[in-house]
Amino acid sequence: MDFGSFLSALTLLNIALALFGVVAGTIIGSIPGLTATMAVAVLVPITFSMEPASALILLGAIYTGAIYGGAYAAILLNTPGTPSAIATTFDGYPMAKRGDGDLAVALACFASVFGGLVGALALLFLAPPLASVALAFGPVEYFWLSIFGLSLIASLSSGNLMKGLVGGAFGMLLSTVGVAEISADIRLTFGSQTMIGGFDVVGALIGLYCIPVLIDLCAVPDRHLKVEEGVQKVRIGEAARIAMKSKFNLVRSSVIGTLVGILPGAGGSVAGLVAYSEAKRTAKPEQKFGEGEPDGIIATESANNATVGGGFIPTLVLGIPGTPPDAVILGALLVQGVRTGPSLFQEGGSIVYTFIYGLLIATVLMLPAGLLIGRYAYKSIVTIPKAVLVPAVGFMTIIGTFAIRNSISDVIIMICLGVFGWVVGRFGFAASPIVLGLILGPIAEQGFVQSWTIGAATNNLTGMFFGRPISQAIVAFTLLTLLVPFMIARKQRKAELEAKA
Amino acid sequence: MLRRTILKTLVAATCALAISTSAQAELKGSVNYIIPFGPGGESDISARFQQPFFKEKFGQDLVISYKPGGGGAVGWASLNGLNGDGHTIMGVNLPHIVIKPAQKDVGFKTEELNTFHMFHFTPDAIVVTADSPYKTLQDLIDDAKANPGAVVMSGSGKASANHLAQIKFDKMAEIKTTYVPFKGTGAAVTALLGKQVKAEWGYTTVGAKQGDAVRMLAVAMEERHPLFPEVPTFKELGFDMIGGAYRGIALPNTASADTKAMWSKMISEINTDPVFRQKMLDGGFAMLDVDADQMDEFMKARTEEYLKDAKEAGLIK
Repeated sequence: MDFGSFLSALTLLNIALALFGVVAGTIIGSIPGLTATMAVAVLVPITFSMEPASALILLGAIYTGAIYGGAYAAILLNTPGTPSAIATTFDGYPMAKRGDGDLAVALACFASVFGGLVGALALLFLAPPLASVALAFGPVEYFWLSIFGLSLIASLSSGNLMKGLVGGAFGMLLSTVGVAEISADIRLTFGSQTMIGGFDVVGALIGLYCIPVLIDLCAVPDRHLKVEEGVQKVRIGEAARIAMKSKFNLVRSSVIGTLVGILPGAGGSVAGLVAYSEAKRTAKPEQKFGEGEPDGIIATESANNATVGGGFIPTLVLGIPGTPPDAVILGALLVQGVRTGPSLFQEGGSIVYTFIYGLLIATVLMLPAGLLIGRYAYKSIVTIPKAVLVPAVGFMTIIGTFAIRNSISDVIIMICLGVFGWVVGRFGFAASPIVLGLILGPIAEQGFVQSWTIGAATNNLTGMFFGRPISQAIVAFTLLTLLVPFMIARKQRKAELEAKA
Repeated sequence: MLRRTILKTLVAATCALAISTSAQAELKGSVNYIIPFGPGGESDISARFQQPFFKEKFGQDLVISYKPGGGGAVGWASLNGLNGDGHTIMGVNLPHIVIKPAQKDVGFKTEELNTFHMFHFTPDAIVVTADSPYKTLQDLIDDAKANPGAVVMSGSGKASANHLAQIKFDKMAEIKTTYVPFKGTGAAVTALLGKQVKAEWGYTTVGAKQGDAVRMLAVAMEERHPLFPEVPTFKELGFDMIGGAYRGIALPNTASADTKAMWSKMISEINTDPVFRQKMLDGGFAMLDVDADQMDEFMKARTEEYLKDAKEAGLIK
């Protein structure tokens, strides 16, 4: 325990920076299109004139705030504010629809703070040993991890497996459009220059999730979210009780988030999906995931905030960014003249520890700040008349998509995808499998091509794909996730038959 | 020093001329510096190094924005449609701007880009882990000769600087290694440190970042890098390899000659600042000062070399 660093993290300036960072991050993250990476990148120039430790605290606080802020839009508008919040929509929006939006927002805050603390504590106490996790994951492990993520499609689309798989395949197909990341081939552009950039994940998220909600809002006369008239209870206590009851889920999801955060090339969206998948697999029979189950929000939100601390582990120990925002922060540190990497924990020890304590303080500050902003966000979304809400959100989707790379063609692609998503949604094809395919497709493709190249060069293809212990474990979990729903269904059918007989 | 003085006088004369003929070539506000890649990559970090020096010297903000997609093609294809008043500039990278348009129609051609300055390059280097059995370049060559194809090396991207370097070196050393493309240098280094591959085709910047965790076997520079006096050049070892990934800046082609000269001078001035130079060298970069006047010659030589190597390797037709 480095007490001096703890004290220097407690200076007024550093606490003020942490608070400012969390609030700014939460607000930026809540706007679809403005991701955590963007939030951090925009604010990097401000940090040039600061002490390295203060700069890190500010950037870390913005980052953690933005990951939490992504939950608002996910819960209240069914649109992940950042890609990390994809799985938050699964149960968050159904909760909001039935009038539990305030409860969902408060739950997201508790889970985010808890996950953030677990990640930051892992960074504080276990960073050097945990950094080896980043190196243990080779191309094959990434390939299998993405397959594991894709297996979630099966459990997401219960009763509609075929449609889910078609959606997932379609998403993977979309992900191959444009210049291929590692083979540099230009694919499926049909001669069009607009398609060379491919489908941007953030733009696709906005289109596929938000546009259908907007169309439905216009098409039906009901209110956007159901509100209980009269009694307006404070539901923070209720949220705290639910979070306490799900402590096992909280801990497991935070550990998953920390570990996935350490993996460069995975990130918050994968962490949220893996944690959701595990929460769903181990659910009690009465829990209905996908229909507004609080445990779904707890799993995703604790996992994605845990990736913040987790992602800093390889960034600071190995000089390898764990997540995209970490890459930006690493760049800012290089400009500051701070050399990350193996020597930082010894030579630059006090900077690192001051930063970690700062991150912990920022995470704690997120609790009051997040609950306050969350209540305000919920109230404004619920009370705004639809005639204002729809154009306001519509405007936001366009600005958000445009901001990704100042490109109007991204906006057009976003709207087309959105309308397409709404139409196929009428026929029972959900947006999530498409998005899963779009995000995990490239990870799977790269991992496969790299593993195959290495395996072929060393004459050991089978050993490459099936002989490595971590791969075997991931394959086992994938099989479990895929087979458990079938086994439960079979058991139920058997029980029904026996009851009849 | 003499060259710098001459250059300065020349530029000052040009500027004086510019002011007398038109008052256009001056900055009236902040500059939008577009990086055709995502935030956090090497191009972004290079721009971040320039950012504070630009503000200090010229009083205007250099605002960095990103236009990623298509390995840079999305940004470069849009460059000439942007405002050419000197308040919008874009980073350019070699070999990308040569190889991409040679592969397929990607919306821009190499010669259409109005590149006015190349400010540094990251020299190619073969990197191994500190505990690797390859102590010298010869160890790697011997292993590759004894086991053709079994020496697996990671690198960033296909038909990229790393890949072209691998192809070239294999030919020169008469060996066969296997190149595995990764998404960016960070991922290629991770694969090296995790022992997924035996060596990495990287840059001197990797050696600067990773310190004692890695060892470089050779660097593709004319002389040894001041940060790594103990690492030999390929040239010393008998392989005529000098090169890497080059970075520069371009203007939209509607920019006036005055604007171009002004920008070339400004970037030169940052590049010759001793504090800036030291910072870049500490980061493992190698400085380069190709200004607007020398650009055509420089680009011609690089283009010919890249296209020849890529054609021989079957990467382009």
